[in-house]
Amino acid sequence: MNELPQQLVNGLSMGALYGLVAIGYTMVYGIVQLINFAHGEIFMIGGFGALTTYLALPGGTPLWVAIPLMIIGGAIASVAVATAAERFAYRPLRNAPKLAPLITAIGLSIALQQLVWGFYPNAKDKRSFPEFTGEAFKITESLQIQRADLFILVLAPLCMMALGVFVSKSRSGRAMQATAQDPDTAKLMGINTDRIIVMAFAIGAAFAAVAAVAYGLERGQIGFEMGFVLGLKAFTAAVLGGIGNIYGAMVGGVVLGLAESLSIAYIEDIPGMQQLGGGAWSNVWAFVLLILVLLVRPQGLLGERVADRA
Amino acid sequence: MTALLEVEDLRVAYGKIEAVKGISFSVEAGQVVALIGTNGAGKTTTLRTLSGLLKPTGGTVTFDGQVLNGIPAHKVVSLGLAHSPEGRHIFPRLSIEENLQLGAFLRSDKAGIEKDIQKAYDLFPILGERRKQAAGTLSGGEQQMLAMGRALMSQPKLLMLDEPSMGLSPIMMQKIMETIAALKSEGMTILLIEQNAQAALSLADYGYVMEVGTVKLSGTGQDLLVDDEVRKTYLGED
Repeated sequence: MNELPQQLVNGLSMGALYGLVAIGYTMVYGIVQLINFAHGEIFMIGGFGALTTYLALPGGTPLWVAIPLMIIGGAIASVAVATAAERFAYRPLRNAPKLAPLITAIGLSIALQQLVWGFYPNAKDKRSFPEFTGEAFKITESLQIQRADLFILVLAPLCMMALGVFVSKSRSGRAMQATAQDPDTAKLMGINTDRIIVMAFAIGAAFAAVAAVAYGLERGQIGFEMGFVLGLKAFTAAVLGGIGNIYGAMVGGVVLGLAESLSIAYIEDIPGMQQLGGGAWSNVWAFVLLILVLLVRPQGLLGERVADRA
Repeated sequence: MTALLEVEDLRVAYGKIEAVKGISFSVEAGQVVALIGTNGAGKTTTLRTLSGLLKPTGGTVTFDGQVLNGIPAHKVVSLGLAHSPEGRHIFPRLSIEENLQLGAFLRSDKAGIEKDIQKAYDLFPILGERRKQAAGTLSGGEQQMLAMGRALMSQPKLLMLDEPSMGLSPIMMQKIMETIAALKSEGMTILLIEQNAQAALSLADYGYVMEVGTVKLSGTGQDLLVDDEVRKTYLGED
Protein backbone atom coordinates (compact mmCIF):
# COMPACT_ATOMS: atom_id res chain seq x y z
CA MET A 1 0.00 0.00 0.00
CA ASN A 2 2.85 2.34 0.83
CA GLU A 3 4.06 2.22 -2.71
CA LEU A 4 1.34 4.66 -3.79
CA PRO A 5 3.44 7.85 -3.33
CA GLN A 6 6.22 6.25 -5.35
CA GLN A 7 3.81 5.30 -8.14
CA LEU A 8 2.44 8.82 -8.19
CA VAL A 9 5.92 10.30 -8.56
CA ASN A 10 6.74 7.87 -11.35
CA GLY A 11 3.48 8.66 -13.11
CA LEU A 12 3.95 12.40 -12.74
CA SER A 13 7.45 12.39 -14.19
CA MET A 14 6.42 10.19 -17.11
CA GLY A 15 3.35 12.36 -17.59
CA ALA A 16 5.35 15.59 -17.54
CA LEU A 17 7.51 14.15 -20.32
CA TYR A 18 4.44 13.23 -22.38
CA GLY A 19 3.02 16.68 -21.72
CA LEU A 20 6.12 18.51 -22.96
CA VAL A 21 6.06 16.56 -26.21
CA ALA A 22 2.26 16.92 -26.49
CA ILE A 23 2.64 20.72 -26.55
CA GLY A 24 4.18 20.39 -30.01
CA TYR A 25 1.24 18.39 -31.36
CA THR A 26 -1.35 20.66 -29.85
CA MET A 27 0.19 24.00 -30.88
CA VAL A 28 0.62 22.98 -34.50
CA TYR A 29 -2.86 21.46 -34.61
CA GLY A 30 -4.36 24.54 -32.99
CA ILE A 31 -2.96 26.79 -35.69
CA VAL A 32 -2.90 24.80 -38.93
CA GLN A 33 -5.14 21.80 -38.04
CA LEU A 34 -2.31 19.47 -38.97
CA ILE A 35 -1.41 16.41 -36.92
CA ASN A 36 2.34 16.53 -37.27
CA PHE A 37 3.10 12.83 -37.04
CA ALA A 38 6.79 13.61 -37.51
CA HIS A 39 6.85 15.36 -34.13
CA GLY A 40 8.02 12.17 -32.37
CA GLU A 41 11.06 12.29 -34.66
CA ILE A 42 11.58 15.98 -33.87
CA PHE A 43 11.83 14.80 -30.25
CA MET A 44 14.35 12.14 -31.32
CA ILE A 45 16.42 14.70 -33.28
CA GLY A 46 16.46 16.83 -30.11
CA GLY A 47 17.96 13.86 -28.27
CA PHE A 48 20.67 13.34 -30.87
CA GLY A 49 21.40 17.07 -30.97
CA ALA A 50 21.92 16.99 -27.23
CA LEU A 51 24.13 13.91 -27.47
CA THR A 52 26.23 15.54 -30.19
CA THR A 53 26.66 18.60 -27.99
CA TYR A 54 27.72 16.43 -25.05
CA LEU A 55 30.29 14.56 -27.13
CA ALA A 56 31.73 17.88 -28.32
CA LEU A 57 32.32 19.08 -24.77
CA PRO A 58 35.73 18.48 -23.20
CA GLY A 59 35.83 15.25 -21.16
CA GLY A 60 35.09 15.71 -17.49
CA THR A 61 32.70 18.61 -17.96
CA PRO A 62 30.42 18.46 -14.92
CA LEU A 63 26.85 17.49 -15.71
CA TRP A 64 25.34 20.69 -14.33
CA VAL A 65 27.35 22.61 -16.92
CA ALA A 66 26.72 20.11 -19.68
CA ILE A 67 22.94 19.81 -19.31
CA PRO A 68 22.01 23.42 -20.17
CA LEU A 69 24.34 23.25 -23.17
CA MET A 70 22.81 19.92 -24.21
CA ILE A 71 19.33 21.43 -24.02
CA ILE A 72 20.47 24.33 -26.21
CA GLY A 73 22.19 22.03 -28.69
CA GLY A 74 19.21 19.69 -28.81
CA ALA A 75 16.81 22.58 -29.30
CA ILE A 76 18.90 24.04 -32.14
CA ALA A 77 18.78 20.69 -33.95
CA SER A 78 15.06 20.03 -33.35
CA VAL A 79 13.98 23.59 -34.17
CA ALA A 80 16.06 23.57 -37.37
CA VAL A 81 14.51 20.32 -38.56
CA ALA A 82 10.96 21.28 -37.53
CA THR A 83 11.04 24.68 -39.22
CA ALA A 84 12.62 23.20 -42.36
CA ALA A 85 9.84 20.58 -42.42
CA GLU A 86 7.26 23.35 -42.12
CA ARG A 87 8.84 25.43 -44.85
CA PHE A 88 9.55 22.74 -47.42
CA ALA A 89 7.11 19.91 -46.65
CA TYR A 90 3.98 21.40 -45.09
CA ARG A 91 3.73 24.97 -46.35
CA PRO A 92 3.46 24.02 -50.04
CA LEU A 93 0.50 21.80 -49.04
CA ARG A 94 -1.29 24.37 -46.89
CA ASN A 95 -4.25 24.62 -49.26
CA ALA A 96 -4.21 20.98 -50.33
CA PRO A 97 -6.79 18.45 -49.04
CA LYS A 98 -6.08 17.52 -45.40
CA LEU A 99 -4.96 14.02 -46.30
CA ALA A 100 -1.91 15.25 -48.25
CA PRO A 101 -0.06 16.93 -45.35
CA LEU A 102 -1.01 14.04 -43.06
CA ILE A 103 0.60 11.49 -45.35
CA THR A 104 3.57 13.82 -45.80
CA ALA A 105 3.96 13.90 -42.00
CA ILE A 106 4.00 10.10 -41.79
CA GLY A 107 6.51 9.92 -44.64
CA LEU A 108 8.68 12.53 -42.96
CA SER A 109 8.54 10.56 -39.73
CA ILE A 110 9.92 7.46 -41.43
CA ALA A 111 12.48 9.44 -43.42
CA LEU A 112 13.88 11.18 -40.34
CA GLN A 113 14.22 7.87 -38.48
CA GLN A 114 16.03 6.32 -41.41
CA LEU A 115 18.31 9.32 -41.88
CA VAL A 116 19.48 9.14 -38.27
CA TRP A 117 19.76 5.35 -38.44
CA GLY A 118 21.80 5.56 -41.62
CA PHE A 119 23.98 8.60 -41.11
CA TYR A 120 24.44 9.30 -37.39
CA PRO A 121 27.57 7.46 -36.24
CA ASN A 122 26.72 4.11 -34.64
CA ALA A 123 23.05 4.93 -34.39
CA LYS A 124 21.99 1.51 -35.65
CA ASP A 125 22.15 0.45 -32.00
CA LYS A 126 21.22 2.49 -28.98
CA ARG A 127 23.70 5.25 -28.19
CA SER A 128 24.55 5.77 -24.55
CA PHE A 129 23.56 9.08 -23.07
CA PRO A 130 25.06 10.73 -19.98
CA GLU A 131 23.28 9.69 -16.82
CA PHE A 132 22.86 11.44 -13.53
CA THR A 133 25.29 10.02 -11.07
CA GLY A 134 24.60 10.28 -7.40
CA GLU A 135 21.91 8.84 -5.25
CA ALA A 136 18.20 9.35 -5.47
CA PHE A 137 16.60 11.66 -2.94
CA LYS A 138 15.09 9.55 -0.20
CA ILE A 139 11.96 11.28 1.05
CA THR A 140 10.62 8.43 3.16
CA GLU A 141 11.41 4.75 3.51
CA SER A 142 9.18 3.94 0.53
CA LEU A 143 9.54 7.09 -1.57
CA GLN A 144 12.61 7.94 -3.61
CA ILE A 145 12.87 10.58 -6.26
CA GLN A 146 15.48 9.90 -8.92
CA ARG A 147 17.52 12.89 -10.04
CA ALA A 148 16.25 12.53 -13.61
CA ASP A 149 12.65 12.53 -12.37
CA LEU A 150 13.32 15.65 -10.35
CA PHE A 151 14.82 17.26 -13.45
CA ILE A 152 11.64 16.86 -15.50
CA LEU A 153 9.34 17.58 -12.55
CA VAL A 154 11.01 20.97 -12.11
CA LEU A 155 11.55 21.82 -15.76
CA ALA A 156 8.14 20.90 -17.19
CA PRO A 157 6.14 23.30 -14.98
CA LEU A 158 8.68 26.04 -15.68
CA CYS A 159 8.32 25.53 -19.43
CA MET A 160 4.53 25.52 -19.13
CA MET A 161 4.50 28.72 -17.12
CA ALA A 162 6.81 30.46 -19.58
CA LEU A 163 4.62 29.34 -22.48
CA GLY A 164 1.44 30.44 -20.71
CA VAL A 165 2.84 33.92 -20.08
CA PHE A 166 4.16 34.15 -23.63
CA VAL A 167 0.85 33.18 -25.23
CA SER A 168 -1.39 35.36 -23.09
CA LYS A 169 0.79 38.42 -22.53
CA SER A 170 3.22 38.95 -25.38
CA ARG A 171 2.44 40.59 -28.71
CA SER A 172 3.48 37.47 -30.62
CA GLY A 173 1.46 35.26 -28.28
CA ARG A 174 -1.62 37.37 -28.86
CA ALA A 175 -1.02 37.12 -32.60
CA MET A 176 -0.71 33.36 -32.20
CA GLN A 177 -4.11 33.13 -30.49
CA ALA A 178 -5.65 35.31 -33.18
CA THR A 179 -4.17 33.13 -35.92
CA ALA A 180 -5.47 29.97 -34.24
CA GLN A 181 -8.98 31.40 -33.94
CA ASP A 182 -9.31 32.97 -37.39
CA PRO A 183 -6.30 33.01 -39.72
CA ASP A 184 -7.75 35.19 -42.49
CA THR A 185 -8.92 37.85 -40.07
CA ALA A 186 -5.54 37.70 -38.32
CA LYS A 187 -3.98 38.69 -41.65
CA LEU A 188 -6.39 41.62 -41.88
CA MET A 189 -4.96 42.83 -38.54
CA GLY A 190 -1.50 42.91 -40.11
CA ILE A 191 -0.30 39.63 -38.60
CA ASN A 192 2.16 37.69 -40.74
CA THR A 193 0.54 34.31 -40.17
CA ASP A 194 3.36 32.42 -41.93
CA ARG A 195 5.73 33.63 -39.24
CA ILE A 196 3.29 32.65 -36.51
CA ILE A 197 3.06 29.13 -37.91
CA VAL A 198 6.85 28.81 -37.97
CA MET A 199 6.88 30.02 -34.37
CA ALA A 200 4.40 27.31 -33.32
CA PHE A 201 6.56 24.61 -34.91
CA ALA A 202 9.69 26.06 -33.27
CA ILE A 203 8.23 26.24 -29.76
CA GLY A 204 6.93 22.68 -30.01
CA ALA A 205 10.35 21.49 -31.21
CA ALA A 206 12.21 23.27 -28.41
CA PHE A 207 9.93 21.69 -25.79
CA ALA A 208 10.47 18.30 -27.41
CA ALA A 209 14.23 18.80 -27.09
CA VAL A 210 13.90 19.50 -23.36
CA ALA A 211 11.83 16.32 -23.07
CA ALA A 212 14.43 14.36 -25.05
CA VAL A 213 17.23 15.42 -22.71
CA ALA A 214 15.11 14.33 -19.74
CA TYR A 215 14.37 11.03 -21.49
CA GLY A 216 18.08 10.38 -22.14
CA LEU A 217 19.14 11.32 -18.64
CA GLU A 218 16.59 8.94 -17.18
CA ARG A 219 17.33 5.94 -19.38
CA GLY A 220 21.01 6.49 -20.06
CA GLN A 221 20.52 5.77 -23.75
CA ILE A 222 18.74 7.05 -26.83
CA GLY A 223 17.99 5.51 -30.22
CA PHE A 224 16.64 6.46 -33.63
CA GLU A 225 13.26 4.82 -32.84
CA MET A 226 12.78 6.56 -29.47
CA GLY A 227 10.26 9.03 -30.85
CA PHE A 228 7.86 6.58 -32.38
CA VAL A 229 5.92 5.12 -29.44
CA LEU A 230 6.58 8.16 -27.29
CA GLY A 231 5.23 10.39 -30.05
CA LEU A 232 2.05 8.30 -30.21
CA LYS A 233 1.67 8.55 -26.45
CA ALA A 234 2.20 12.29 -26.49
CA PHE A 235 -0.32 12.65 -29.31
CA THR A 236 -2.73 10.60 -27.18
CA ALA A 237 -2.06 12.98 -24.29
CA ALA A 238 -2.82 15.96 -26.52
CA VAL A 239 -6.14 14.43 -27.61
CA LEU A 240 -6.97 13.39 -24.06
CA GLY A 241 -6.42 16.91 -22.79
CA GLY A 242 -8.24 18.55 -25.70
CA ILE A 243 -6.15 19.10 -28.81
CA GLY A 244 -5.46 22.77 -29.52
CA ASN A 245 -5.27 23.65 -25.82
CA ILE A 246 -1.74 24.01 -24.39
CA TYR A 247 -2.79 23.41 -20.79
CA GLY A 248 -4.83 20.45 -21.98
CA ALA A 249 -1.65 18.91 -23.40
CA MET A 250 0.06 18.99 -20.01
CA VAL A 251 -3.05 17.79 -18.16
CA GLY A 252 -3.51 15.00 -20.69
CA GLY A 253 0.15 14.01 -20.33
CA VAL A 254 -0.04 13.83 -16.55
CA VAL A 255 -3.32 11.89 -16.56
CA LEU A 256 -1.85 9.44 -19.06
CA GLY A 257 1.38 9.04 -17.08
CA LEU A 258 -0.52 8.43 -13.85
CA ALA A 259 -2.86 5.96 -15.53
CA GLU A 260 0.12 3.99 -16.77
CA SER A 261 2.00 3.86 -13.50
CA LEU A 262 -1.09 3.10 -11.43
CA SER A 263 -2.18 0.36 -13.82
CA ILE A 264 1.25 -1.23 -13.62
CA ALA A 265 1.06 -1.25 -9.83
CA TYR A 266 -2.53 -2.00 -9.02
CA ILE A 267 -4.48 -3.69 -11.82
CA GLU A 268 -3.04 -7.09 -10.93
CA ASP A 269 -4.36 -6.73 -7.38
CA ILE A 270 -7.93 -6.67 -8.66
CA PRO A 271 -9.39 -10.17 -8.29
CA GLY A 272 -9.64 -11.92 -11.63
CA MET A 273 -7.33 -9.47 -13.42
CA GLN A 274 -3.97 -10.85 -12.34
CA GLN A 275 -3.03 -11.48 -15.94
CA LEU A 276 -3.88 -7.94 -17.09
CA GLY A 277 -1.52 -6.02 -14.84
CA GLY A 278 2.16 -5.17 -14.95
CA GLY A 279 4.17 -3.23 -17.48
CA ALA A 280 3.12 -5.30 -20.48
CA TRP A 281 -0.45 -4.07 -20.23
CA SER A 282 0.14 -0.44 -19.31
CA ASN A 283 -0.29 0.79 -22.91
CA VAL A 284 -3.59 -1.03 -23.14
CA TRP A 285 -4.88 0.68 -20.01
CA ALA A 286 -3.65 4.04 -21.26
CA PHE A 287 -5.71 3.66 -24.43
CA VAL A 288 -8.72 2.28 -22.54
CA LEU A 289 -8.61 5.51 -20.54
CA LEU A 290 -8.42 7.54 -23.75
CA ILE A 291 -11.47 5.76 -25.17
CA LEU A 292 -13.45 6.20 -21.95
CA VAL A 293 -12.65 9.92 -21.74
CA LEU A 294 -13.52 10.50 -25.40
CA LEU A 295 -16.84 8.68 -24.97
CA VAL A 296 -17.86 11.17 -22.31
CA ARG A 297 -15.98 14.25 -23.55
CA PRO A 298 -15.20 13.94 -27.27
CA GLN A 299 -13.47 17.33 -27.16
CA GLY A 300 -11.00 16.11 -24.51
CA LEU A 301 -10.63 17.15 -20.89
CA LEU A 302 -10.00 20.87 -21.49
CA GLY A 303 -11.00 21.09 -25.14
CA GLU A 304 -13.61 23.40 -26.53
CA ARG A 305 -16.54 22.06 -28.42
CA VAL A 306 -15.95 21.81 -32.13
CA ALA A 307 -18.82 24.18 -32.81
CA ASP A 308 -16.79 26.96 -31.20
CA ARG A 309 -13.90 26.40 -33.51
CA ALA A 310 -15.82 26.26 -36.76
CA MET B 1 -6.98 64.89 -58.33
CA THR B 2 -6.67 61.12 -58.42
CA ALA B 3 -8.95 59.01 -56.30
CA LEU B 4 -7.83 57.37 -53.03
CA LEU B 5 -8.81 53.98 -54.40
CA GLU B 6 -8.81 53.28 -58.12
CA VAL B 7 -9.91 49.86 -59.36
CA GLU B 8 -9.45 49.15 -63.05
CA ASP B 9 -10.72 46.11 -64.92
CA LEU B 10 -10.31 43.90 -61.81
CA ARG B 11 -10.70 40.18 -62.39
CA VAL B 12 -10.77 37.46 -59.73
CA ALA B 13 -11.29 33.73 -60.25
CA TYR B 14 -11.76 30.72 -57.98
CA GLY B 15 -10.07 28.04 -60.02
CA LYS B 16 -11.69 28.25 -63.44
CA ILE B 17 -14.76 30.12 -62.27
CA GLU B 18 -14.46 33.85 -62.68
CA ALA B 19 -16.30 35.61 -59.84
CA VAL B 20 -15.32 39.16 -60.74
CA LYS B 21 -15.21 39.82 -64.47
CA GLY B 22 -13.41 43.09 -65.03
CA ILE B 23 -14.93 45.75 -62.81
CA SER B 24 -13.80 49.36 -62.48
CA PHE B 25 -14.71 51.83 -59.79
CA SER B 26 -13.12 54.48 -57.64
CA VAL B 27 -13.42 55.98 -54.19
CA GLU B 28 -12.45 59.61 -53.54
CA ALA B 29 -11.07 60.66 -50.18
CA GLY B 30 -13.92 61.60 -47.83
CA GLN B 31 -16.56 59.76 -49.84
CA VAL B 32 -18.86 56.94 -48.83
CA VAL B 33 -19.18 54.57 -51.76
CA ALA B 34 -21.68 51.72 -51.74
CA LEU B 35 -21.43 48.45 -53.65
CA ILE B 36 -24.82 46.82 -53.88
CA GLY B 37 -26.07 43.72 -55.65
CA THR B 38 -27.55 40.30 -55.02
CA ASN B 39 -25.77 37.35 -53.44
CA GLY B 40 -23.08 36.00 -55.72
CA ALA B 41 -22.61 39.30 -57.53
CA GLY B 42 -18.93 39.33 -56.47
CA LYS B 43 -19.02 42.10 -53.87
CA THR B 44 -17.32 40.19 -51.06
CA THR B 45 -14.81 38.71 -53.51
CA THR B 46 -13.96 42.25 -54.60
CA LEU B 47 -13.34 43.40 -51.03
CA ARG B 48 -11.27 40.32 -50.15
CA THR B 49 -9.13 41.01 -53.20
CA LEU B 50 -8.62 44.66 -52.30
CA SER B 51 -7.38 43.68 -48.84
CA GLY B 52 -5.02 41.05 -50.25
CA LEU B 53 -6.75 37.88 -49.04
CA LEU B 54 -7.37 36.86 -52.64
CA LYS B 55 -5.07 37.37 -55.62
CA PRO B 56 -6.54 39.07 -58.67
CA THR B 57 -6.18 37.34 -62.03
CA GLY B 58 -6.16 40.63 -63.87
CA GLY B 59 -6.54 44.39 -63.64
CA THR B 60 -4.98 46.89 -61.29
CA VAL B 61 -5.81 48.25 -57.87
CA THR B 62 -4.20 51.55 -56.95
CA PHE B 63 -4.51 52.77 -53.38
CA ASP B 64 -3.11 56.08 -52.25
CA GLY B 65 -0.80 56.15 -55.26
CA GLN B 66 0.50 52.62 -54.76
CA VAL B 67 -0.35 49.57 -56.88
CA LEU B 68 -1.64 46.85 -54.53
CA ASN B 69 -1.56 43.83 -56.85
CA GLY B 70 0.24 40.95 -55.15
CA ILE B 71 0.88 42.69 -51.82
CA PRO B 72 -0.04 40.17 -49.08
CA ALA B 73 -2.93 40.98 -46.75
CA HIS B 74 -0.81 41.56 -43.65
CA LYS B 75 1.05 44.35 -45.46
CA VAL B 76 -1.99 46.00 -47.02
CA VAL B 77 -3.25 47.07 -43.57
CA SER B 78 -0.14 49.11 -42.97
CA LEU B 79 -0.88 51.16 -46.09
CA GLY B 80 -4.11 52.38 -44.52
CA LEU B 81 -6.73 49.99 -45.84
CA ALA B 82 -8.86 48.38 -43.12
CA HIS B 83 -11.36 45.62 -43.79
CA SER B 84 -14.23 44.65 -41.52
CA PRO B 85 -15.17 41.27 -42.99
CA GLU B 86 -18.56 39.79 -43.75
CA GLY B 87 -19.85 37.79 -40.81
CA ARG B 88 -17.92 40.05 -38.40
CA HIS B 89 -15.15 37.54 -37.62
CA ILE B 90 -14.23 38.85 -34.21
CA PHE B 91 -11.78 36.65 -32.27
CA PRO B 92 -14.31 34.80 -30.10
CA ARG B 93 -12.06 33.59 -27.28
CA LEU B 94 -10.21 36.87 -26.82
CA SER B 95 -11.65 39.71 -24.77
CA ILE B 96 -13.19 42.77 -26.34
CA GLU B 97 -10.19 44.83 -25.34
CA GLU B 98 -7.77 42.26 -26.80
CA ASN B 99 -9.75 42.32 -30.05
CA LEU B 100 -9.37 46.09 -30.23
CA GLN B 101 -5.67 45.86 -29.42
CA LEU B 102 -5.23 43.40 -32.29
CA GLY B 103 -6.80 45.98 -34.59
CA ALA B 104 -3.81 48.16 -33.70
CA PHE B 105 -1.33 45.28 -34.14
CA LEU B 106 1.03 47.24 -36.41
CA ARG B 107 1.00 50.42 -34.33
CA SER B 108 3.56 51.03 -31.62
CA ASP B 109 2.28 54.28 -30.11
CA LYS B 110 0.96 52.94 -26.81
CA ALA B 111 -0.64 56.17 -25.70
CA GLY B 112 -2.35 56.65 -29.05
CA ILE B 113 -3.69 53.08 -28.97
CA GLU B 114 -5.11 53.63 -25.48
CA LYS B 115 -6.75 56.82 -26.69
CA ASP B 116 -8.29 55.09 -29.70
CA ILE B 117 -9.58 52.21 -27.56
CA GLN B 118 -11.27 54.83 -25.41
CA LYS B 119 -12.69 56.40 -28.57
CA ALA B 120 -14.14 53.04 -29.60
CA TYR B 121 -15.75 52.74 -26.15
CA ASP B 122 -17.19 56.23 -26.55
CA LEU B 123 -18.58 55.28 -29.94
CA PHE B 124 -19.98 51.97 -28.60
CA PRO B 125 -20.44 52.26 -24.81
CA ILE B 126 -21.57 48.63 -24.50
CA LEU B 127 -18.07 47.51 -25.54
CA GLY B 128 -16.52 49.55 -22.76
CA GLU B 129 -18.83 48.04 -20.18
CA ARG B 130 -17.81 44.53 -21.22
CA ARG B 131 -14.17 45.12 -22.11
CA LYS B 132 -12.88 42.05 -20.22
CA GLN B 133 -15.56 39.71 -21.57
CA ALA B 134 -14.82 37.12 -24.28
CA ALA B 135 -15.94 38.59 -27.60
CA GLY B 136 -17.78 35.37 -28.51
CA THR B 137 -20.33 36.08 -25.77
CA LEU B 138 -21.51 39.30 -27.44
CA SER B 139 -24.75 39.51 -29.44
CA GLY B 140 -24.56 39.81 -33.23
CA GLY B 141 -24.99 43.57 -33.18
CA GLU B 142 -22.40 44.02 -30.47
CA GLN B 143 -19.98 41.84 -32.42
CA GLN B 144 -20.55 44.06 -35.44
CA MET B 145 -19.72 47.11 -33.33
CA LEU B 146 -16.56 45.38 -32.18
CA ALA B 147 -15.60 44.45 -35.74
CA MET B 148 -16.01 48.07 -36.84
CA GLY B 149 -14.19 49.40 -33.79
CA ARG B 150 -11.36 46.95 -34.40
CA ALA B 151 -11.04 48.00 -38.06
CA LEU B 152 -10.83 51.65 -36.98
CA MET B 153 -7.98 50.83 -34.58
CA SER B 154 -5.51 50.71 -37.48
CA GLN B 155 -6.22 54.40 -38.22
CA PRO B 156 -7.24 53.60 -41.80
CA LYS B 157 -7.40 56.00 -44.71
CA LEU B 158 -10.13 53.80 -46.15
CA LEU B 159 -12.54 51.67 -44.13
CA MET B 160 -14.13 48.75 -45.98
CA LEU B 161 -17.28 47.37 -44.38
CA ASP B 162 -18.72 44.11 -45.69
CA GLU B 163 -22.42 43.67 -44.85
CA PRO B 164 -22.32 45.45 -41.49
CA SER B 165 -26.08 45.11 -40.97
CA MET B 166 -26.43 41.46 -41.98
CA GLY B 167 -28.55 39.43 -39.60
CA LEU B 168 -29.19 42.28 -37.19
CA SER B 169 -32.43 43.43 -35.63
CA PRO B 170 -33.94 46.58 -37.17
CA ILE B 171 -32.94 48.64 -34.13
CA MET B 172 -29.36 47.37 -34.25
CA MET B 173 -29.26 47.88 -38.00
CA GLN B 174 -30.29 51.49 -37.51
CA LYS B 175 -27.64 51.97 -34.85
CA ILE B 176 -24.94 50.63 -37.19
CA MET B 177 -26.11 52.87 -40.03
CA GLU B 178 -26.08 55.88 -37.70
CA THR B 179 -22.53 55.03 -36.75
CA ILE B 180 -21.48 54.88 -40.38
CA ALA B 181 -23.12 58.27 -40.93
CA ALA B 182 -21.25 59.65 -37.92
CA LEU B 183 -17.93 58.32 -39.26
CA LYS B 184 -18.74 59.90 -42.61
CA SER B 185 -19.34 63.28 -41.02
CA GLU B 186 -15.94 62.99 -39.35
CA GLY B 187 -14.46 62.69 -42.83
CA MET B 188 -13.77 58.93 -42.89
CA THR B 189 -13.61 57.41 -46.36
CA ILE B 190 -15.79 54.30 -46.51
CA LEU B 191 -16.38 51.55 -49.03
CA LEU B 192 -19.61 49.87 -48.02
CA ILE B 193 -21.17 46.59 -49.10
CA GLU B 194 -24.79 46.29 -48.04
CA GLN B 195 -27.75 44.10 -48.77
CA ASN B 196 -29.92 46.85 -47.31
CA ALA B 197 -29.71 48.89 -50.50
CA GLN B 198 -32.08 51.58 -49.27
CA ALA B 199 -29.97 52.38 -46.22
CA ALA B 200 -26.69 52.12 -48.10
CA LEU B 201 -27.69 54.36 -50.98
CA SER B 202 -29.20 56.96 -48.67
CA LEU B 203 -25.81 57.26 -46.99
CA ALA B 204 -23.60 56.94 -50.03
CA ASP B 205 -22.14 59.73 -52.13
CA TYR B 206 -21.80 57.30 -54.97
CA GLY B 207 -23.00 53.77 -55.64
CA TYR B 208 -22.21 50.87 -57.92
CA VAL B 209 -24.67 48.09 -58.69
CA MET B 210 -22.97 44.74 -59.26
CA GLU B 211 -24.48 41.78 -61.06
CA VAL B 212 -22.74 38.43 -61.68
CA GLY B 213 -19.24 39.83 -61.52
CA THR B 214 -19.76 43.04 -63.44
CA VAL B 215 -20.73 46.62 -62.63
CA LYS B 216 -24.11 47.07 -64.20
CA LEU B 217 -24.99 50.55 -63.11
CA SER B 218 -23.44 53.42 -61.23
CA GLY B 219 -24.41 56.86 -60.09
CA THR B 220 -24.81 59.07 -57.07
CA GLY B 221 -26.66 57.51 -54.17
CA GLN B 222 -29.66 59.73 -54.81
CA ASP B 223 -29.78 58.92 -58.54
CA LEU B 224 -29.70 55.19 -57.86
CA LEU B 225 -32.40 55.46 -55.21
CA VAL B 226 -34.80 56.84 -57.78
CA ASP B 227 -33.67 54.62 -60.65
CA ASP B 228 -36.49 52.39 -61.84
CA GLU B 229 -34.45 49.27 -62.23
CA VAL B 230 -32.77 49.63 -58.86
CA ARG B 231 -36.12 50.22 -57.24
CA LYS B 232 -37.54 47.06 -58.77
CA THR B 233 -34.61 44.74 -58.21
CA TYR B 234 -33.03 45.93 -54.98
CA LEU B 235 -35.62 47.94 -53.14
CA GLY B 236 -38.43 45.48 -53.67
CA GLU B 237 -40.84 47.98 -55.23
CA ASP B 238 -43.09 47.39 -58.20
